[in-house]
Amino acid sequence: MMTDDNVRAETIRNKKERRNLYRIIGSYTFCIGAAIVLFWVLCAIFGRMLVPFDPFADDMLNSLSPPSTEHWFGTDQLGRDVFSRVIAGARDILTIAPLATLISAVVGTALGLVMGYSGGVVDEVTSRIVDAVLALPTVIVALLALTALGTSIVAVLFVIGFTFAPIIARTVRASVLTERGLDYVSAAKLRRESSLYIMFFEILPNIIPPIVVETTVRLGYAIFTVATLSFIGFGIQPPSPDWGLSISTNYGLIGGGYWWTVVFDSLAIASLVIGVNLMADGIQSVLND
Amino acid sequence: MGTDRPYLFQYGDWISGFLAGDLGLSYAYRAPVSEFLATALLNSLKLSLVAFLMVVPLGILVGVIAALQRDRAIDRVISVVGLSASIVPEFVSGIILILIFGVSLRWFPISATWPTGAGFFTQIYYLILPSVPLVLILFGYIARMTRAGMIEALDAEYTRTAILKGLSYPQVIWRHVLRNALLPTISVIATQTVYLIGGLVVIEILFHYQGIGSLIFTAAQKRDFPMLQAGVMVVGALFVATTLLADLIYAALNPRIRLSSQ
Repeated sequence: MMTDDNVRAETIRNKKERRNLYRIIGSYTFCIGAAIVLFWVLCAIFGRMLVPFDPFADDMLNSLSPPSTEHWFGTDQLGRDVFSRVIAGARDILTIAPLATLISAVVGTALGLVMGYSGGVVDEVTSRIVDAVLALPTVIVALLALTALGTSIVAVLFVIGFTFAPIIARTVRASVLTERGLDYVSAAKLRRESSLYIMFFEILPNIIPPIVVETTVRLGYAIFTVATLSFIGFGIQPPSPDWGLSISTNYGLIGGGYWWTVVFDSLAIASLVIGVNLMADGIQSVLND
Repeated sequence: MGTDRPYLFQYGDWISGFLAGDLGLSYAYRAPVSEFLATALLNSLKLSLVAFLMVVPLGILVGVIAALQRDRAIDRVISVVGLSASIVPEFVSGIILILIFGVSLRWFPISATWPTGAGFFTQIYYLILPSVPLVLILFGYIARMTRAGMIEALDAEYTRTAILKGLSYPQVIWRHVLRNALLPTISVIATQTVYLIGGLVVIEILFHYQGIGSLIFTAAQKRDFPMLQAGVMVVGALFVATTLLADLIYAALNPRIRLSSQ
C-alpha cells in the first residue's frame, strides 16, 4: 500500500530524475557526443540506401585511385568506393557493440546485485572469480576464447559480454553495499519480501545512475574491442565494409602512399568512440553530483 | 601428444610441466616454447619500458597541472582530452601516427624491428613511434588519478599547516602534496600494465615487432595451443607480479603501512 510519504518520496525522485535529464541534455560534452553518435547511427540504418556507390561493387580498372570529385575518399585495392564503404561500415560495429554491452549490463547487474546483497561466501567466491577475469586483458581473453570456439559474431558478442560483465558487477556490488544498510531495505525485510524482490524491485531502481554511467563507458570500450578484434581478423569478417576490417586489409599499403584507404576508416572509429565517451562524460558529471 | 586423454589430465600434465619450467613443444615450430617466449618477452619489456618512461612523468605532470588549475578551462580540457585519448583503439592512433610521422614527415621508421646489431639508442629510436599509442591510452588514467590524489592532498589539514608555518609554495607541493598524492597513482599504474599488454598485441602486429603480443596472436592464428597457453600464462603471471610489486612500493612509500608492521 502506498502511503502519503511514499507518494511524496516518489514525486521528489521523479522530479530529481527529470531535472537530471535536463541537465544532461543541457551539457555541451553530452550534446557534441550525442550528435556524433547520432550521425553514425543514421549512417548505420540508412547509409546503404544513400551512398553514391555500392560498397561491395569492385571496379578493378579504377583500383587505388586517389580522392577525386567522383570518388570523394578514393577507391581501395578492388576499386570499391571508400566513401560509400565508410558510411556503410557503421552498421556491423553499431549492431555488435551495443548488443554486447547490453549482455554485459544485464549479466553484470544481476551478478552484482547477488554479490552485494548476499555477501559472505557467495560474495567472496564470485569476487575472486571476477578478479581472475580482470587479471587478463580483454583482447587476450577474446583471442583465447575465439580460438577455442571458432570465430563468429555470436562468439564475439558473448566474449565481450562476459568479459565486461565482471566490471559492471563490481560497480553494482559497491552500490548495493551502501544501499543494503538503508532503512527501506530493512523495512522490506520486515515485510518479509523475498530476497529476489528486494534486490530487483527495491535496490535496483535506486542504483540505476551508476549502472547507466558504467554501461555508457563500457559501450565505448565495446566499440574499441570489436574494432580491435576486427583489425586482427578475429571479429567482423569480409566482405563487410567494417572500419577495423578495412584498415586491416589496407594498412599494408600505407608505405606506398595510399593513405586514403585507411585514414577515413581510422577517423570514423576515433570519432565514434570519442562521441560515446563524451556522452558518458556528460552523463557522469551530472549524475555524480 | 596425448590429446586423446581427458582435458583435466592434459591440463594437469601441462601445469606441472609449467611449474617445473617445461612449457612444452610448439605445434607450429616443433621447438620448445620457452625459447620463443624468452626473446618475445624481452622485446615486449623493451617496448613497454619506453612507453612507461614516456607516460609516467607526462601523466603525473599533466595531472598536477589539472589539479592546480582545478575546475578551470585547462582542467576540463585535460580531462576530456585524456578520456578521449584513452578510448581510441591503439591501431587507429597507430595508423594516424604512421601516416603523419612515418610516411609523410619521415621522422620515424614505420616498423619497430631494428636492423640486426643496432645499438641501444637506435633500438629506442625504433620504439618511440610504437610507444605513443600506448602512451595515449594510459596517460589519461594516470593524469586523472594524480589529479584526484593531488586535490585530496591540497584540501588536507597538513597542507594548510605547511602553508601556515611559512613554507614556500613549491616546497609545499613537492614535499607534502605530491608525496601523498602519488600513492594511489602507483596502484593505478600497476593495474594498467595489464591493459598495456592487451594493447601490445595490436601494436606489435601493426609495427611488425616480435613481442609477447604478436607471439600470442600468431599462436592463436595457427592454433598453436602450447604456445598460446604459455603466452597467456606469462601475461597473467606478469599481472600478478606487477600488482605485488606495486603493493610493496606502496608500503615502502607509505609510513602508515611501513610502520604498522613493525
